[in-house]
Amino acid sequence: MTGIALPAPDPAILARRDEIIAGLKALVPGEGVITSEEERRAFETDALTAYRRMPLAVVLPSTTEQTAAVLAFLGREGVPVIPRGAGTSLAGGALPQEDAVVLGVAKMSKVLDVDLANRTVRVQTGVTNLGVSAAIAHEGFFYAPDPSSQLACTIAGNIAMNSGGAHCLKYGVTTNNLLGVTFVTLKGEVIEIGGDALDAPGLDMLGLICGSEGQFGVVTEATLRILPMAEGARPILFGFASPETAGACVAAVLGAGIVPVAIEYMDKLAIDICEDFAKAGYPRDVGAMLIVEVEGSADEIDEQLARIGAIAGDHGATYARQARTPAEAAAIWKGRKSAFGAMGRVSDYICMDGTIPTGTLPQVLTRITEICDNAGLKVANIFHAGDGNLHPLVLYDMNDPVSLAKAEKAGEDILLACVEVGGCLTGEHGVGIEKRDLMTAQFTRIELEQQMRVKSAFDPNWLLNPAKVFPLDDRLPKVAA
Amino acid sequence: MTDTISPFDEAGIEATIREAADARTPILIRGAGSRAGLGRPAQAGRTLSTERLTGVTLLEPSELVVSAKAGTPVAEVEAELARVGQRFAFEPFDHRPLYGGEAEPTIGGLVATNASGPRRIYAGAVRDALIGVRMTTGRAETIRSGGRVMKNVTGYDLVKLACGSHGALGVITEATFKTLPAAETEATLLIEGLDDVHGVAALCAGMGTPFEVTGAAHIPGQGGQPARTCLRLENFENQVRYRAGELAARLRSFGAADRLDADASRALWRDVRDAQPFLGSPARALWRISTAPTRAPGLVARLGALVEAHLYDWSGGLIWIATSAEGDAGAGRLRPMVRDARGHATLVRAPDAVRAGIDVFEPEAPALARLTAGIVQAFDPAGVLNPGRMHVR
Repeated sequence: MTGIALPAPDPAILARRDEIIAGLKALVPGEGVITSEEERRAFETDALTAYRRMPLAVVLPSTTEQTAAVLAFLGREGVPVIPRGAGTSLAGGALPQEDAVVLGVAKMSKVLDVDLANRTVRVQTGVTNLGVSAAIAHEGFFYAPDPSSQLACTIAGNIAMNSGGAHCLKYGVTTNNLLGVTFVTLKGEVIEIGGDALDAPGLDMLGLICGSEGQFGVVTEATLRILPMAEGARPILFGFASPETAGACVAAVLGAGIVPVAIEYMDKLAIDICEDFAKAGYPRDVGAMLIVEVEGSADEIDEQLARIGAIAGDHGATYARQARTPAEAAAIWKGRKSAFGAMGRVSDYICMDGTIPTGTLPQVLTRITEICDNAGLKVANIFHAGDGNLHPLVLYDMNDPVSLAKAEKAGEDILLACVEVGGCLTGEHGVGIEKRDLMTAQFTRIELEQQMRVKSAFDPNWLLNPAKVFPLDDRLPKVAA
Repeated sequence: MTDTISPFDEAGIEATIREAADARTPILIRGAGSRAGLGRPAQAGRTLSTERLTGVTLLEPSELVVSAKAGTPVAEVEAELARVGQRFAFEPFDHRPLYGGEAEPTIGGLVATNASGPRRIYAGAVRDALIGVRMTTGRAETIRSGGRVMKNVTGYDLVKLACGSHGALGVITEATFKTLPAAETEATLLIEGLDDVHGVAALCAGMGTPFEVTGAAHIPGQGGQPARTCLRLENFENQVRYRAGELAARLRSFGAADRLDADASRALWRDVRDAQPFLGSPARALWRISTAPTRAPGLVARLGALVEAHLYDWSGGLIWIATSAEGDAGAGRLRPMVRDARGHATLVRAPDAVRAGIDVFEPEAPALARLTAGIVQAFDPAGVLNPGRMHVR
């Protein structure tokens, strides 16, 4: 097993397994309750695959009412609940534990209503992120947050982790595009929060629930803000001799009053691996590359790219190439969006997710190189440069426990370096189990206690995704809310 | 008159709150007091002011970020931003035109009331731009949430929770915002003479185009002046010119559109933001109603004679309604109809006696109200901060 500790299962719950399963089967008929070892195997991990735990059972309700009944039952029985979307969390946010029931939203995946005049959609949260945009694309609309896993990841998971994506520099992350939710508490209460209007009354519960990592309740339906598609979009590639010049160029573009929809950074190793895989036409002879995308009519795009091109030239870009056709544009994005998959062909890796003030990019990249060199590991850097969200991919060998331990340590050191320069541990993947034990580096004890009190207000007995987000050994599960 | 304490630092804020919590004596929290008319009139013997916590503490244009202490005037931060060609995208709402008074709105008050203007429809509210806060809770503990980077999911988003919390959870001592470049120029398309239904339909049609309408308001006709349906474009000069032409063409079925140049456009949207210029006597009570745009005109029609004046912003999703300030300011008839329209209403202006007697904010469903109470309890167990401002306790 690996470095992150998980709580020992409660033998009293394990002993009651048959009884708990019978209770679930009384609430959710047929295939909705999964109990065989073979079928549970599909739920034993998420995208942080180094960690696996077989859940007690898996339940897949088909309705909000079933979800409420299941949560009320498990709450009453004192059984931990692990909410699950598609299981694409890179932070172990959906990792089960042996004494817990996984509650998945997979069977609730309909788009319920499309309201173009008010620019909203109502969905069941088991729908995939891309499924939302696919349902409205023919009308010329889209749902803005676009995590790399958008083909598979669900809106439920996006809400739990407040997911971002490459285009949030302009369009924001999930919390900026979420108008309302149907929220089910551990008592089985069904609460409508927000709606299809812009501002909800009272405390911003919607904002609080978004990004709460499945620790407050389960969201079964959501109202999302949708946007009209731009007339057109075009990416341009710039190559630079060094990370420093690329970083300075990003700062200069933003400082000049231009906010592209996306600015993505890739270093030499990331370029090579992605190019081998996607044949995107990336330059091989540069030290760092930026993908900058702008939107508008063809003339507007030309004008913006001319401005950006001039700035890049002033900052020593050694290579520049615009996508000339939609196919070229798609290829450029295919390279970037398949980066994690491409990397997976070459090596096992852990994907880090810190955010830094963009001005500190050169110093942080130097530090990352030092950390990984010292550990004898390779690192590829992929970076949402406009918003400071870093994704260093630390390569290791899964069959070598020493290599994994080194990679995890290097990953930790990288995140601590992000915090040191004024950034944070996670920009869009969430804390999960992966960054749980580093939370004391970001927050004081007082700050963590206040957050834990908020959890206790929703979940006094800490049954919802309990082993995540907060260090295990410094908990106040009985903190009075 | 109440006794006012104005600490110079967070230690002073903590000490004041600790004393209040220990003695279980309520305190009012205020910045400069420019929005003191908002919410239920809270009762307390002592006021804690943030007016001496001042200064812009971080301004990094190339990272699109600004921080300021709570008592800093909003105008001062906006001037600093303007100096570097940037601005708050949410177009801060200024309550002075509604309430009168000279007090200069502060950053803390802006955050505590989530006070956003017309551009909220395009660029989000204060809560969307807010990326970090420091706050002294009712436990007399100063905590941070968020930070200075715009993408941050480390821990719960207490930033959003603090925004719009009207001092119920703590005293915001410092706030950090994502900023955006100020647009090179702007223009507004005006279509005259539409009724409410067609006016809002035109706004929704405009919002559904790719031309990035940053303001969408319908000003009903009054006193012989025809109704005006207004759509704002902000961008680089060439883009505004091109988009104004395209947008006017898309909206042709609603009527011919006039174009206001940048200066006239700015003046118009200042009035739309302030709302008061279109709502008659300041002696009237004022409601702010949120609903989905297409349900707004029907709601106004059903409210009938209750409506003495009204204005639609946010593509119709925000309705300002002036009513008589007599009695309950229309709450008894208005609230059920607003609920039927799946909206919610805030009584933004009414005499203290009226606001003391009714829910100023939309009452929450019981289960949600219990969650809210649990959260408030988690931050302010002694219940001393702005008691009764948001909710009857």
